[in-house]
Amino acid sequence: MGVETEYGITAVAGDGGRSLTPDEIARYLFRPIVEKYSSSNIFTRNGSRLYLDVGSHPEIATAECDSLTQLLNHEQAGDLVVDKLAQRAEEALAADRVGGRVYLFKNNVDSVGNSYGCHENYLVGRHLPLRSLGKQLLPFMITRQLICGAGMVGRATGGFQPGFVLSQRADQVWEGISSATTRARPIINTRDEPHGDSERFRRMHVIVGDSNMSETTFALKIGSTLLVLEMIEAGVTLPDFEMVNPIGHIRDIARDMTGSTPLLLKDGGTVTALEVQEATLAAATQWLEERPDEGTPTAELRRVVDLWTRQLEAIRTRDFSKVDREIDWVIKLNLLNRYRERLGEDWTNPKLAQIDLTYHDIRPGRGLFPLLESRGMVERWTTDEAIARAVDEAPQTTRARLRGQLIARAEELGAPITTDWVHLKVNEPRPQLVELLDPFQPVDERVDDLLAYLDENAGAYGRS
Amino acid sequence: MTGPQSQISAGGGSDNRDDEAFEAGQAQLNTTGTDDLLDEIDGLLETNAAEFVRSYVQKGGQ
Repeated sequence: MGVETEYGITAVAGDGGRSLTPDEIARYLFRPIVEKYSSSNIFTRNGSRLYLDVGSHPEIATAECDSLTQLLNHEQAGDLVVDKLAQRAEEALAADRVGGRVYLFKNNVDSVGNSYGCHENYLVGRHLPLRSLGKQLLPFMITRQLICGAGMVGRATGGFQPGFVLSQRADQVWEGISSATTRARPIINTRDEPHGDSERFRRMHVIVGDSNMSETTFALKIGSTLLVLEMIEAGVTLPDFEMVNPIGHIRDIARDMTGSTPLLLKDGGTVTALEVQEATLAAATQWLEERPDEGTPTAELRRVVDLWTRQLEAIRTRDFSKVDREIDWVIKLNLLNRYRERLGEDWTNPKLAQIDLTYHDIRPGRGLFPLLESRGMVERWTTDEAIARAVDEAPQTTRARLRGQLIARAEELGAPITTDWVHLKVNEPRPQLVELLDPFQPVDERVDDLLAYLDENAGAYGRS
Repeated sequence: MTGPQSQISAGGGSDNRDDEAFEAGQAQLNTTGTDDLLDEIDGLLETNAAEFVRSYVQKGGQ
């Protein structure tokens, strides 16, 4: 599995400076990358992909990971990588006498409603037909915002009054399952590029999720989804919540923090959003006792189920005190409400929108979530040390290890190489190409040979 | 001030969308912390909130 994060980007002009467009800021941001690699689309030594995406968004796609905390560490490492670029961009702007502060927001919506995503990728077995997979997943996916939404100050839109919404992406998706990504964004995208053996693997590309600031909320988002996918793959019978029009409910669910939005079922009945989550949680709790302890350790998933249980309990009892350090939307809403005590309750106050935005500013010492974290006001799931290690080291249990090894050695020697998710290529003196079709395979003799080839030709690369 | 909310909306689906749905339950959210957090935050924010928010416009992504 892996996660792609698109960051929002802006700059505030220094004294006397002019404002920069997102394009200009992105050029400053990627200048060191382009100078070094002649490209704004590279793989880094931790196996991740760093690139400038559609609409001038810096994007990190984590390396392929095979457990939850490993994925969290790499997702968080991505923040460190792009923040470092932002700090270098500020230095370059200062040197060019433009000045200003560069902001990267790990959120999903700008001030006028343009959206950019946080995409989750899960490899599932090819034997699962997409239709039944989608049918079983959609009820969970449209209600998942109750447990892992990032929260947002919603503008007046589509008949809704301004106010707090649970999810940033709920207003941005328009279909259940389809192949589109930017026009009619679906919940689950069928652009099935498994980056591996397509006879064995299918890629579930989930684009409905919010970017999370909270480590614990991220863990709940990924962990709960993993559990549901594991159950579907194992043939566990999940409660049948097939809906008439699942996507038609998603915006109402986002505006009801009591989880009581009624959802119309195909068989004629209704169920509430909270009941869908509770039934899924009950199945997942049972599954924990049965699942083989592989991939993400069961011990990690117990933490997930514990938080999932407490969050649903909080929604049911409307007492959020047991999760208000762990769930993004609850943490953010608390903060906004404290400001509303000061400023008045009007949700259209621009100060509230500013708090909302800067909650997602990833810069330590400036962003609001990093501030809460440094003050010990939110829970951690992992550690700074593990995240720092993930900046330089690829996951050691997947194919990413091989990519990371080649990139690191080639950088030391100054050797020209070309990589993508599946291919590793040494370009000189003679092209050597290896294709890696199994994402779960961290060892490969052919890559050992590639590394040996680099060493044999070290003299030819102009260093050492 | 954010007072206790007694009305609970059954959620969406009605044409009379109002604040109740997202107001409900807030009474139990912790808002009792001291003001020093907000003061520290105010020291970090760009001073012109309206301008900061208005100028944050992106091209859409995926």
